[in-house]
Amino acid sequence: MADEQAVIQVESLSTFYGERRILNNVSLEVRPRETMVLLGSSGTGKSTLLRHILALEKPALGHIYVRGVDVCHSKPREMEDVRRHMGVLFQSGALFGSMTLGENVAVPLRELTKLDDSTIQVLVRMKLGLVGLGGYEDLMPAQLSGGMRKRAGLARALALDPEILLFDEPSAGLDPITAAGIDELILKLKQTFPMTIVVVTHELASAFVIADRIAVMFAGEVVALGTPAEIQQNQHPRVQQFLKRIPEEPERDSEAYLRSLTGPA
Amino acid sequence: MTAILALVGQRSLAFLRYVGGLVILGKDALYWTFVAPVQGKGLRGRAAVHQMVLTGVNAIPIVSLISLFIGLILAYQTANELRKYGATMLVVNIVAIAMSRELAPLMTAVIVAGRSASSFAAELGTMKVGEELDALDTMGLSKIKFLVVPKYLALILMMPCLTLVADFMGIMGGSVFAVTEIEMPITLYWIRALDALLMKDILSGLVKSVIFGIIITEIGCWEGFSVSGGAEGVGRRTTSAVVVSITVIIAADMFFSGLFYYIW
Repeated sequence: MADEQAVIQVESLSTFYGERRILNNVSLEVRPRETMVLLGSSGTGKSTLLRHILALEKPALGHIYVRGVDVCHSKPREMEDVRRHMGVLFQSGALFGSMTLGENVAVPLRELTKLDDSTIQVLVRMKLGLVGLGGYEDLMPAQLSGGMRKRAGLARALALDPEILLFDEPSAGLDPITAAGIDELILKLKQTFPMTIVVVTHELASAFVIADRIAVMFAGEVVALGTPAEIQQNQHPRVQQFLKRIPEEPERDSEAYLRSLTGPA
Repeated sequence: MTAILALVGQRSLAFLRYVGGLVILGKDALYWTFVAPVQGKGLRGRAAVHQMVLTGVNAIPIVSLISLFIGLILAYQTANELRKYGATMLVVNIVAIAMSRELAPLMTAVIVAGRSASSFAAELGTMKVGEELDALDTMGLSKIKFLVVPKYLALILMMPCLTLVADFMGIMGGSVFAVTEIEMPITLYWIRALDALLMKDILSGLVKSVIFGIIITEIGCWEGFSVSGGAEGVGRRTTSAVVVSITVIIAADMFFSGLFYYIW
């Protein structure tokens, strides 16, 4: 398996927002059929990395190869093929608010396949059933809870049986029980389908349940990479801080504090 | 001093970016409306019809009402001057020609800008905030084909229709004056009004209305796509969509008025 070409290969990726460096020379590879979790607290650059892998943004430096195609420097025609094999679950589910659940899941099938309507209907019911929303085809997104919206978004992401599945903070905004339900779903998908999965999250518990390998990020860099067991043993201070839930030490500079209270001289 | 120069520079660049974005949006919209369907890439017909109902059919009551009032106001205002010269009968001609050439297309465009430029911006802006536009991108689907083309088709078809409704109701407004103030029978009013109108009066109004429709769609959609910053951003862009589209409509009207004066 180590000889197979990586499904996603990030090479020396750096990107800026104005003058601020968001990602600093990040290199990473995701192997076929593995579940890679990008773990880190808010502002560490993990969502930005995901957006670059999805080719929603272009980096200042570096390359990202998905299925051999450089998504940072490719033509729309080449991207079409890559996108067909990727399914994405966005943080809020990103369902189209003007369509029912069934119509939402049907969108990729209607637009990107030549299947007839009745076949599409069957597939829609299958995909919704897979995520535990069988029978909910006619509801509108606004009528659903947050957890149900994410499941529906996942059903849509699975519509074309993608090889690569990407999640942006799947447990965000969910209570522990519902979040655990999403983790169970991801595990079930792992066991049933030969998919490569990338999950961006800051939930420790989720990461250790679903990951084959974890990449811990801090300040735009990957500070640790390994199996969950290896990460537990990792002695990097930021990794330990994250694992032990140690909050940031506040600045103890009294001069700076006084200046911040009284304003500029 | 450098601060002022920097501000001028920033504003100029922002303006160029805005205009550039509009041009690219226009080019993509042209492609997806006229070229892509021929290449078999499809067109969302049902969505276009839905938009036609929202932007066109639903606007008929308010366009009718406002045009009726404008026709009546115009009649009163012109009659006020004309009666000094014993030429009150000419009110009929003036209302018919002014409505068809100018007021019907302009007022319709302003009403539709208020209704539809804002709704386009709000709809697309809310989709942007909710990552729905990102979802379309990652599925490899064109935002333009999905969201913009139906709106373009709707307005290009509905604006001339609404303008005709406005023409009719405006001239009808003038008839209210004629019947009540100068005791002209309504049939005579309409014969005189239609007599005074040349084909080019009506056609020039309709041509302008199509251009106005394109302006409203371009600016409404571009403002929507440019939203950033959550609900407040959506609000800001919605306001901006209405203000900018009305301004550009009136500027375009000024251009066309001059043009048609010389060449039509």
